Amino acid sequence: MHSFGYRANALLTFAVTALAFICAIASLSDKFSNQNPSAEIQILYIKRFKSYGNDEVSLTLDINADLQSLFTWNTKQVFAFVAAEYETPKNSLNQVSLWDVIIPDKEHAKFRIQTSNKYRFIDQGHNLRGKEFNLTLHWHVMPKTGKMFADKIVMPGYSLPDAYK
Amino acid sequence: MDWQGQKLAEQLMQILLLIAAVVAFVVGYTTASFRTMMLIYAGGVGVTTLITIPNWPFFNRHPLKWLDPSEAEKHPKPEVVVSSKKKSSKK
Repeated sequence: MHSFGYRANALLTFAVTALAFICAIASLSDKFSNQNPSAEIQILYIKRFKSYGNDEVSLTLDINADLQSLFTWNTKQVFAFVAAEYETPKNSLNQVSLWDVIIPDKEHAKFRIQTSNKYRFIDQGHNLRGKEFNLTLHWHVMPKTGKMFADKIVMPGYSLPDAYK
Repeated sequence: MDWQGQKLAEQLMQILLLIAAVVAFVVGYTTASFRTMMLIYAGGVGVTTLITIPNWPFFNRHPLKWLDPSEAEKHPKPEVVVSSKKKSSKK
């Protein structure tokens, strides 16, 4: 500690170490938050159901979700997306992302939106006629410091018509 | 700075930074504001820098007594003796 530079170096090292420590504790404090998100999705109508070499569906969804409890003081944003999941003879699980959103804060986390699918729902083949599928709302909680974690709500019981429109 | 001052500077730095970290976390957590935590901690680091880094007089309360240069010239430098065992004296 005999010189200016020596003390400055020691202080900087210790300060950064302590900063890392409080960020780690801040990240761990997320474990104590109570989280109960909820969501409901309805298919309003199916606009188009054709086969251009591969089956393609265009539909309108009514998405009603409350993700407010996912937000803590250490949350930067929540990325949520709706995926259609179904099984085909070729693949045991197909997941097609239909819509997504970035939620920047708690106020925007409770919403009801009616929208056509943002991304195209295209199958690998001709398997969608009369197909039963789940609509799953996935979310990724991105913290300000710490580990990102993801979870989902699976909503089964949706199906497509038996014939092309 | 003298020896006592250096020890004091190191202790002060560690304690002040720890206090700043604890206060920053507690206030940030209770106000649910990450930004507050960062600002308080930055302020704490700034205050600690001002207190411990410059060579304040209170760090020099036990100054070392160096030999006067004119006095040193009067006495020749000690000869280096090569010996197998060397007893080192405590400071």
